[in-house]
Amino acid sequence: MDKRKPLSDQCDWNFDLLNQYQTEIDRVAKHYRLDTYTNQIEVITAEQMMDAYASVGMPIGYNHWTFGKKFIQTEQNYKRGQMGLAYEIVINSDPCISYLMEENSMTMQALVMAHACYGHNSFFKGNYLFKSWTDASSIIDYLLFAKKYISECEQKFGISDVESCLDACHALMNHGVDRYKRPQKISLEEELKRQKDREEYLQSQVNTLWRTLPKNNEDVEHRKPTFPSEPQENILYFIEKNAPLLKPWQREIVRIVRKVSQYFYPQKQTQVMNEGWACFWHYTILNHLYDEGLVTDKFMMEFLHNHTNVVAQPDYNSPYYSGINPYALGFNMFIDIRRICEHPTDEDKLWFPEIAGSNWLDTLHFAMENFKDESFISQFLSPKLMRDFKLFYLHDDEKENFIEVAAIHNESGYKKVRAALSEQYNLSNLEVNIQVINAEIDGDRSLTLKYTPHQEVPLGDSKDEVIKHLYSLWQFDVKLVQDNEQGEEEVIAQCPEKSSILETKKAS
Amino acid sequence: MANFIDRRLNSKNKSTVNRQRFIRRYKSQIKKSVEQAINKRGVTDVDRGENITITKKDLSEPVFHQGKGGIKDRVHPGNDQFITGDQIKRPPQQQGQGSGPGEASNSGEGDDDFVFSISKDEYLNLLFEDLELPNLEKNQLDKLIDYKTVRSGYCAEGVASNIDIVKSLQGSIARRIAMTSSKRKKLKALELELTALEDDKHDHIQKISNLQKQIEVLKDKVAKVPFIDTFDLRFRNYAKQAVPTSKAVMFCLMDVSGSMDQATKDIAKRFYILLYLFLTRTYKTIDVVYIRHHTQAKEVDEQEFFYSQETGGTIASSALELMVKIMDERYKESEWNIYAAQASDGDNWADDSPRCKKLLTENISYIEITQRPHQTLWQQYQEVASSTDHFAMQHIKTVEDIYPVFRELFKKNRKKAA
Repeated sequence: MDKRKPLSDQCDWNFDLLNQYQTEIDRVAKHYRLDTYTNQIEVITAEQMMDAYASVGMPIGYNHWTFGKKFIQTEQNYKRGQMGLAYEIVINSDPCISYLMEENSMTMQALVMAHACYGHNSFFKGNYLFKSWTDASSIIDYLLFAKKYISECEQKFGISDVESCLDACHALMNHGVDRYKRPQKISLEEELKRQKDREEYLQSQVNTLWRTLPKNNEDVEHRKPTFPSEPQENILYFIEKNAPLLKPWQREIVRIVRKVSQYFYPQKQTQVMNEGWACFWHYTILNHLYDEGLVTDKFMMEFLHNHTNVVAQPDYNSPYYSGINPYALGFNMFIDIRRICEHPTDEDKLWFPEIAGSNWLDTLHFAMENFKDESFISQFLSPKLMRDFKLFYLHDDEKENFIEVAAIHNESGYKKVRAALSEQYNLSNLEVNIQVINAEIDGDRSLTLKYTPHQEVPLGDSKDEVIKHLYSLWQFDVKLVQDNEQGEEEVIAQCPEKSSILETKKAS
Repeated sequence: MANFIDRRLNSKNKSTVNRQRFIRRYKSQIKKSVEQAINKRGVTDVDRGENITITKKDLSEPVFHQGKGGIKDRVHPGNDQFITGDQIKRPPQQQGQGSGPGEASNSGEGDDDFVFSISKDEYLNLLFEDLELPNLEKNQLDKLIDYKTVRSGYCAEGVASNIDIVKSLQGSIARRIAMTSSKRKKLKALELELTALEDDKHDHIQKISNLQKQIEVLKDKVAKVPFIDTFDLRFRNYAKQAVPTSKAVMFCLMDVSGSMDQATKDIAKRFYILLYLFLTRTYKTIDVVYIRHHTQAKEVDEQEFFYSQETGGTIASSALELMVKIMDERYKESEWNIYAAQASDGDNWADDSPRCKKLLTENISYIEITQRPHQTLWQQYQEVASSTDHFAMQHIKTVEDIYPVFRELFKKNRKKAA
């Protein structure tokens, strides 16, 4: 490989230098077939970074106090030196917006560009979840629409009303995603065009649904069909379409929150993969530049120092331990996949016959495009990596007075450990399973939801508060039930509280 | 391919609105915090921001989440001692076993307080919210002293720098249309005639050349109408608008007779500082005159006012007389907004009190700081308060009363409600 004159490794960056590095990184990224959206790289200050933090990764956010609270928290923590700010934030949009902090040194800027503008960017463009759940080209437009719509609502109906509606929606935000249905993509123009029609149509639908028709007594004899006919997991969607008393603008707000929630849904499920992919590429690209002689030893030392910090995994008994570091796991898995492809051992050939010895770049792209954390781990976590991480699997059953080591990194344990780790990233196990099972359309219009526990884990204390929020949207009785040991449904939370009514019933 | 954008110069306060929303939502809690703080604060440092504490519980945004208990399967790294089947004693409660990512966020947070600071302006806004200066409107009508220059339409004369180009050109177009329309009409008619003649098979050489001449003349005339004329010029007009005078003087009157101890004076001082801060929000320049009195009144500086020890009896009218004298000499009623605050423990020579009543003319707040029952001065002042609307009086017993009493004195629309 012919050595070329290295790029300047001075500490201070400037736009000229950024451009030179970006050009080189771009060239190498193309060499590795990284397909990206156009990059829009914005240099910002620490204060602006805090603004970006507060809006939880939305480049344009509607106004709400919760973002103010996040901003104040970030500001306080930062000012007291309790936390550093991220080097970058990258947004899944087309063009892909990345924020670089002004404080970063030139090396850091190069690292961040390789990491965000090529790693994350290509992940956003290639991974199947992002492809089917988000539409990068329209998100900015949609957020703009949402911001404008909400501020118009504030002007028309008052800040307080809009705020309480948003509060209620935020409480149910995690239950605003259709997990199994693929949403359609729509553009801003369509959205605007359809919004007006939808308003009227939705209201008319609701009116039809709740129309009180006099019924023959015979009908009552039949087993009443329940509504909804099947349990609904997308509570916000159910509210938007069926809540009897919501005003059209409130339905639209429910929809906006639902859409935002959906936009973030893939990110929650691909943390390990996304970060691992980005780390793998900043590592690979910068090393490639080093091999070509384009960056200096000094540059590499600083880069490796930062890289090592990012992908460090403290042990379970370390004071710094706070769970498995997704950067570490993801990065090492991608490195490991490359190793399996290039230098497979007998063990690898046994465990991964289909990829051992294959073209590593093809395999890596295949892995990135077609998996999410859960399936990625169960597919690609190798025994070698489990040994390297010294993974062990704890089984903690509340009914026992001890915690059992269910499996460790040995021949009999590999599969168990891998399955357990994969489950740990299964979003449907982490988020509670609550579904709308019945809306009493013929009677008192009450709404019943059912909690189905995963591995007997009870619902957290906040359920009563959330039910209150749900009640504010539904505006008729809401109750949350759970099957007890006898298999009967037992009310675990309801709004409004029914104790007084029960007492009067007893009395009469 | 990439675009670099330097956003560093963009506004950095994208979150300001959201921050205000936050403060708006938690106003009641923040206000409580502010009110507690004002009484805890030292006398001299009222004029700065404040740390606000809100319990985290009030701030929580509830979501459905998994609680404690049930079966939890976790994978951890760094095994150094365990083999399959090991049974580990459950660590004591609250020792939060390291949990997997995505799980730690909702549970396990203590009831820590959420502490943040608000700026001086925000602090003062909250402190003086819903308060207003009494009779301000009336004074504005009375004392239109200062003027500011404001835009007010257009005029035909002015200096070149004030020319309004759009208006001037509009005038120019209008004038040109007006001055040429009759000629253009004629021109059109002649031109029609000309084409008619030219199309005619017979010769009309004489007529044609005549017409052509006339057309030439008319065209010339039209062309001679100037593009812009001094007549078209319009200048931005400015007018002087009267604004209420922004000067105010604050008289601090205090009884320093033997019956006033340091604690009482301290309460008075805090009250004066609040008043001063409140006035700074309305007036740019504020003079403060300190008058202390026992049997005789004297104008003093701040240090002496608050800290020098005096003894003797009390004749409150002496201070009021001195105030009237100073007002006449230095603070003309027509130029200054005058506020006076008198603090006393209520002791006064009984026959002096009616005299005090007569002397009261300006906006006066009277506070009485005492644990004892009211005396003659209070009773006389009560009559004043009921007969005029620029007098307010309140009674302070302890330090905690200062802020509520202050609010009571300056509550919005106090007079209208009464």
